[in-house]
Amino acid sequence: MTTMQKIHVTVNGKSHAREVEARLTLADFLRHELHLGGTHVGCEHGVCGVCTVLINGQSARSCLTLAVQADGANVTTVEGLRNRETGQLHPIQQAFVDAHGLQCGFCTPGFVMTTLELLGENPDPSDDEIKDALGGNLCRCTGYQSILESVRLAASRLQTTQSA
Amino acid sequence: MKPAPFDYYAPETLPEAIALMARLENEGCDAKILAGGQSLMPMLAMRVARPDALIDLRRLTALNHIAEHDGIIAIGAMATKRAAEESTLIRERQPLFHAATQLVGHRQIRNRGSVGGSFAHADPASEYPAVALVLDMEMQAVGEGGERLIPASEFFVTYMTTALEPGEILTEVRMPMLPAGTGWAIQEISRRNGDLALAGVALTLRFSGGLCADARIAAFGVDATAVRLTAAEDALAGQKPDAATFARVAAIAAASLAEPMSCIHASADYRRHLIGVLVERTLAEAAGRAR
Repeated sequence: MTTMQKIHVTVNGKSHAREVEARLTLADFLRHELHLGGTHVGCEHGVCGVCTVLINGQSARSCLTLAVQADGANVTTVEGLRNRETGQLHPIQQAFVDAHGLQCGFCTPGFVMTTLELLGENPDPSDDEIKDALGGNLCRCTGYQSILESVRLAASRLQTTQSA
Repeated sequence: MKPAPFDYYAPETLPEAIALMARLENEGCDAKILAGGQSLMPMLAMRVARPDALIDLRRLTALNHIAEHDGIIAIGAMATKRAAEESTLIRERQPLFHAATQLVGHRQIRNRGSVGGSFAHADPASEYPAVALVLDMEMQAVGEGGERLIPASEFFVTYMTTALEPGEILTEVRMPMLPAGTGWAIQEISRRNGDLALAGVALTLRFSGGLCADARIAAFGVDATAVRLTAAEDALAGQKPDAATFARVAAIAAASLAEPMSCIHASADYRRHLIGVLVERTLAEAAGRAR
């Protein structure tokens, strides 16, 4: 049957082989098949950005990607950021905590994943570059100022760590 | 907000994809091509589109190229917008296409969305069709009968409809390199950064003896497809490139629109106003780049 597809996806370093319906989105695959609930689902048509994950290192909306399209890919979700040995939050996550980059937290995984890609490519972004990068993520609580502050804080801490 | 069930195919080669398209077409199966999915997936989620089958082109890595040959830049239909954005060739030799690419959606969309997908989708508010008209781009389509090149002026037929025949796959888009001394600009108005444009203008402009020559102007977001603003182009010919000329030509451009689209976000009158504003701004911007 062509509606069911066998896929092999590596998520946060762990490989998973599953047979899935072709119409299953990557977001629902992560949440319902792998029970990784950190990737949230909001608008389900590519507007809000809460489902952002990295596919082969590039940010993507997992609601606009079929699980079968991720066959063979390396996916990183927010669950993959915490330090496995120490249990410590990733510096980007800690910066969102310290700079009040969230209130209800629903949008936060998307912002954190987008920030991860941004700071990987551009360790010292200007405010305009941060705003442009985060333009595809919506937040209804913070008014965005504290999110900008969180990204600035994360950037400065990551730079300090890397130069130390 | 979940897609309805469909059969799924991911052919390994272009001939295999074309044969599959033909077979499904013969069986009366409504098959759609899946490229990056950034326009198709929302339509599936909202069930605006309910195809019987999807043919995913993700394995056709031969369609990922971005290359120059004999002065023509060719972009494979499956190259991502991100790849186009990062291409030195496009940034340096076809800056209008590069700037248009940066206006498409957000980075998450450009990371996944294909260049070819935007052409085949033919959203009237998208940037590429207008750029295609300005640059006289050509689209390469391949079907069971072989391959053909379709000029931009014939490719975009109407609202989300192209000249691609059933069974044909868009494989490549081609454009000339921007000639030295040509000014260019693209600007759009949208409610939020990254949204589809309410109205936009793309153009190129050359000077001859200090006067405007060879202007090519296209508007998007105002009609069923991108449209050339030929009345404005003609009015610009032989004129001094100054603010007075640009204001006069902008008024002609706005008046020349037959019947702009109207929706909850922008009335026809507002869109007409925006085109005037954008033509004036883009002419000034392009004039600053022309020599």
